[in-house]
Parts: sequence; C-alpha cells; structure tokens
Amino acid sequence: MKLMWFHLMPYTELPEDFNRKHPSVWVDIHSSLFDPKRAHHMYNDFMDELEYAAELGYDAVCVNEHHSNGYGLMPSPNLIASSLARRTTDTALCVMGNSLALYNPPTRVAEEFAMIDCISGGRLIAGFPVGSPMDTCYAYGQNPSLLRERYLEAHDLVKKAWTEKDTFAFDGRYNQQRYVNIWPRPIQNDPHPPIWIPGGGSIETWRWCAEMDYVYCYLSYYGYKAGLATMQGFWNEMEKLGKDRNPYRAGFLQFVGVAESRQQALDLYTEPAEYFYGRCLHVDARFATPPGYVTEATQRSGIQGMMQKAANVASPATKAALKATNMKDIVDGGYVLIGSPDEVVEQIRHVATSLNVGHLMLLLQYGNMSKDTTKYNTRLFAEKVMPKVKDLFGEWEDKWWPKPMAKGQRAAVPAFRPQLTAAE
Amino acid sequence: MPGNSQGPATTTVDVNGFPCRVWTKGSGPKLGFLAGLGGLPRWLPFLDRLAETRTVIVPSLPGYPGGLGHTELDTHLDWVLAVRQLIDKTGLAGADLAGASVGGAFAAEMAAIFPGHVRRLALIAPFGLFDDKEPAADPWAQRKEVLPGLMCASGEKWTALVAPPEGANSVEWPIEMTRAAEAAARAFWPLGDTGLRKRLGLIASPTLIVWGDRDALLPSSYAQKFATAINGASRVEIIAGAGHLAYLDQPETVARAVLGHFG
Repeated sequence: MKLMWFHLMPYTELPEDFNRKHPSVWVDIHSSLFDPKRAHHMYNDFMDELEYAAELGYDAVCVNEHHSNGYGLMPSPNLIASSLARRTTDTALCVMGNSLALYNPPTRVAEEFAMIDCISGGRLIAGFPVGSPMDTCYAYGQNPSLLRERYLEAHDLVKKAWTEKDTFAFDGRYNQQRYVNIWPRPIQNDPHPPIWIPGGGSIETWRWCAEMDYVYCYLSYYGYKAGLATMQGFWNEMEKLGKDRNPYRAGFLQFVGVAESRQQALDLYTEPAEYFYGRCLHVDARFATPPGYVTEATQRSGIQGMMQKAANVASPATKAALKATNMKDIVDGGYVLIGSPDEVVEQIRHVATSLNVGHLMLLLQYGNMSKDTTKYNTRLFAEKVMPKVKDLFGEWEDKWWPKPMAKGQRAAVPAFRPQLTAAE
Repeated sequence: MPGNSQGPATTTVDVNGFPCRVWTKGSGPKLGFLAGLGGLPRWLPFLDRLAETRTVIVPSLPGYPGGLGHTELDTHLDWVLAVRQLIDKTGLAGADLAGASVGGAFAAEMAAIFPGHVRRLALIAPFGLFDDKEPAADPWAQRKEVLPGLMCASGEKWTALVAPPEGANSVEWPIEMTRAAEAAARAFWPLGDTGLRKRLGLIASPTLIVWGDRDALLPSSYAQKFATAINGASRVEIIAGAGHLAYLDQPETVARAVLGHFG
C-alpha cells in the first residue's frame, strides 16, 4: 500500500478562548489573529516537515487548497509543491488539489500543474476537488448553483489542454478561449498526470470517478469508523458499475499519533488533537449549506458532505452528538489512531482492509503540534509502522500512481547552501 | 369575501422546456405578482386580498415551488428572458405587475427592458442594487434559527410559509424549499448590483416602491435609492411592522397600497 504524508498547514497559535470569542475558523476569521512573522516560522516548519517526510521514505507528500481558513494556510498549494519539487527527489507530489472552478481561466491549473510535473520530473498527482462551500462559495464568492457545472467544464478544458497536441478553441458554457495551447506540457503524457478526486460522499462523484477511471479520495477528519459507511457506499457503487475492488481506486485520510506506548502517545498528542478538533473545526454553521451546493440527487440519498458535518459541529444541536473535542472521545471515535508502533500497525491494517483503501493519507501533524513532535511522530511511523504495513495489497497494481522520468535522466538538484553575506 | 375560501386555479406554462406553475384567482383587470425569496410554497392571504378586485395571476419562476428549469439559466439575461416568457404566456403583457424581493428585481427589469409589457409597477423591497455602506444581509449564510427573523418581522410567518403541509412528501418538500433558495441564488448570488442601476432610468411605468420598516435583510433606505433612479413617477410607501417579505407580515396593508397604486 501507499503511505502518504499530508499537511494541512494549520495556524498553530489560535488563542485558548478562540471558540468563545470568535464565531468561525473559516471565512470570516479575524485578521488580528494572524501574525505574519509567526506565520513565517510556521510555513518554514511545515515545509521542513514535508521535506523530512520525503527523506524518510513516505510514498508521497500531500498539500491542499483552502481559503480564509485558520487551519489551512495554503490558498495556493502549488507554491508549496513547486518548492517541494526542488527539495525532494523520488517522492510523489500530491496536490490535493486545485478547486477548478476558482481559476479563470481554468487553463491556469493545466499550466501550473504542468510546471510542477516538469520541475519534479513527472512526480505530480493532480487533485481536482470541487472545493468546500466555505472555500468556493463564501471565501471565493462562487455561485453555488453553478459551481459543479463550472467545475466539470473546467475539468474538460484542463484535460483537453493537457492532451490535445494542436492549438484549439474551447467554446464552453462558462469558458470560452479562442486559443488554448499550454506551455509547458506535463511529462506524464500517457495520457496525463494521474487525476485524483477528493470528494464528500456524493453518488455522482463516485460514478464520475468510475467513468473517468480516477482515484476517489474521502478526506474525512473523522477517521475510519465514521468513514466506513461512505467507503462501503463507494465500493458498492463500484460493484454495481462492474469495476473491480482494486484498493488503489481509493484514498483515505487518517490522523495518527504513534509513540513508545499508548500512554506516551496520549501525553504527546492530546493537546494538538484537541486543538484541531476544538479550535480548527470551529466552523460557523451558517457557512455549511449555500443553496445548490449539495445536488438534489445527493439530498435524496441523504448523504451529507463532510464539510457540512464539520460545520455542524459548531451548532449546539449537533455538538452534543459529535462531542469529540476531548481526547477520549477523539480516540474512541477513531478520529485519531494512537498507540505504540505495534498497536498502530494493527489499527492501520484494520483501517486499510476494512475500508479497502490502498492510498492512505496520513496526518501526522495536526493542530498546534510542534515541529519536534511532528518529526518524532513521522520518524517513528516510518521506522516502526511503515515496514509492517507496506505489504498490504501487494497483489494489486496501482495504475493511478505517477510515472516519473527514469532516475538517471532527471536533473541533479544541488544541495541547498544558504549564502550569508559578509556583513551577517 | 366571495371565493376567498377557495384556492386558485392551477395551470402550467412551458419555459425552455420546463413546466412553471401559474396560479390564477379573482376577476377584474389582470394583475401579475412575482414572489420574493422562497417563492410561494402555498397560496397567501395577501393574494386573496388582491383577488377581491383583480384577476391575480401568479407565475412561478423557474426553480421556485411549482416551477422547474432554473438549471438552464446561466446569466441574468437568461433569467430576464425566462420572466418575459412567463409574462407573455400568462397573458400578463401590458398588465399591472407587482414583484417582491428577488421577484421585484425581475419586475423592474421587465418594466425597464420591455416598457410596453408593464402598465403600472409595484416593487416590494426589490433586490438589484448594492450600497457597500449599507450592504444587504446574506440570506444564504445564516443559521437556521436566524433566518425567519431575517425574512419577516414576525419570524413565524416565514416558518409557516415553508412548513410542510399535512401529507407533503417528507423527502421532496425540503428539496423543493432548497431548490427555491438555489434558484434565487443562481440568479442573484451574492446579492450584489445586478446592473439594474443602469436600467432603472428606462422605467417609464408609474412605480410604487413598498418597503417594510423592519426589513432586516435589505434596509428600507434602499427605497429612496430606487425612487431616485427610476425616471417614471415613483412614490415610496413604508409599511409599519413589516420585514423583508412585507406581504407575509402585513398582507392587508401591502395589498391596499398595491391596489391603490394600480387603481
């Protein structure tokens, strides 16, 4: 199986009384809470952590896109990915991803992803999320009723821009470009970089992923127990559509905290986990359901998007039901897997097999976890957990993984040497 | 009054291949009404009051309760032309037209772009303008418990409007209510200036602008902005004790003002 190291890049210094004094971590979070000089250190710590994960042999490092968000400091994941392209060598770069409807023209995504693919020697995984209501409809002002149609059309345009050899005219419902001819072109051109779709539990998305032969990723913050129904729904739908159960059709996000013992794990990870589930998911419910964001088919199936669930955590009515903001409930609910290496091995094997997921995206940094603790978690997992779970799904081929240039053909990236001036 | 205990006659007209419900009641000169946010999940006392002296014709906008086809409409021009089809196909061309909230913005567009289509115009808290010193509240970013108080001075009037009637399909009813919100959002998101400002000067129909003094969504100061921008003889009437959907809060007063203006 593939073990991928995912960073959300949360702002780590939201105040203790954040939930009491501020209505939302997202959309209208107050600018006075953001200290750019502290963010300088956060960004650099986070990028150190991603590079460290790559050094330790994780299959991929993952970044994603959020806007006006106190737990996701990457409005442009492409900026981070381009830096990682220069500071990693063999690790896949999973940009999870670019919300296509937010780019005008969407060929910007085709271009930037092609750049990352070229710089990295063909290591890009191209994620195309619709994007959460908070990011797309509120922070970026997109019309919720048009969002999915724009997204699907932008997808068609980006894919065609990657694969069409000649300059072409695109005459879409929402995008009209007389001359589409992107430079650069992706290295992965057979036919294009792997496309992965992070989504909530919508039937349309599952069907579309099956039709297009894309990887479906369920990026839930609520762990494998809460994700089981969704992933079962996904596999049931695949079966109906006559698709095999290749676990590499799917990706899943899981928080993990590993230490020498379960007690030590609790000591280390309680604060960052409670910070994340308490402060970072403090989303005002008023931003959960812009009308039209959830399709009528999905409404009928009664499946709620996971962002809607996240936002509803902030409403008093559902807070009692989803009260996992303290560590005991967080762990009992399976949101965060904790324990000694062997205990985590057992849980990871259970998660992967019960959900049938070949691409496991691990959150080993969350909330206000320090760089030292993050590196400890990352190293212990790499050394003592990874070797005991890598064998899973060996009988299946991962057809959705990047196919980079041969190692010997790739540019040598010189080691980074800061050049201090004499004055310093 | 005679006939008040009975509901309206229901027919449908076709707009871009989709059915839109048309309610008709009363007798006398025709009077069209384009509803505000939420549309008309049910017939209203306000409409009964209008039907006492007029033939009231109430077409449902695409996507509003009783109407489909909002998904075909991408631009504001698409919407305006859909409304034009509704007006034409319900025999309202040349009749008096009242519109409220988002329906009010479309009524204003009709009078501006197709002046022959509207005899006299009544706008009840219409959208279409935006003043960043007094921005409209955002009805699409509200907690459930806050919304009724934003729509009506008496929040229970809104709650009653959207409450499922006895025997309603428990799956489809909330979907229809969401669809109405989506349709309005599709046309007006994020409730900014629709460009109507540039067209208000074309309105030649005598225009009454009605506004609830307790409109929590769109401040009543917008009434004067509309009156100033409209060239035709326009008059403002502020309704005491009414919120954004003034026809729900004060049906009698609003109906009297509208009927008085239409003559």
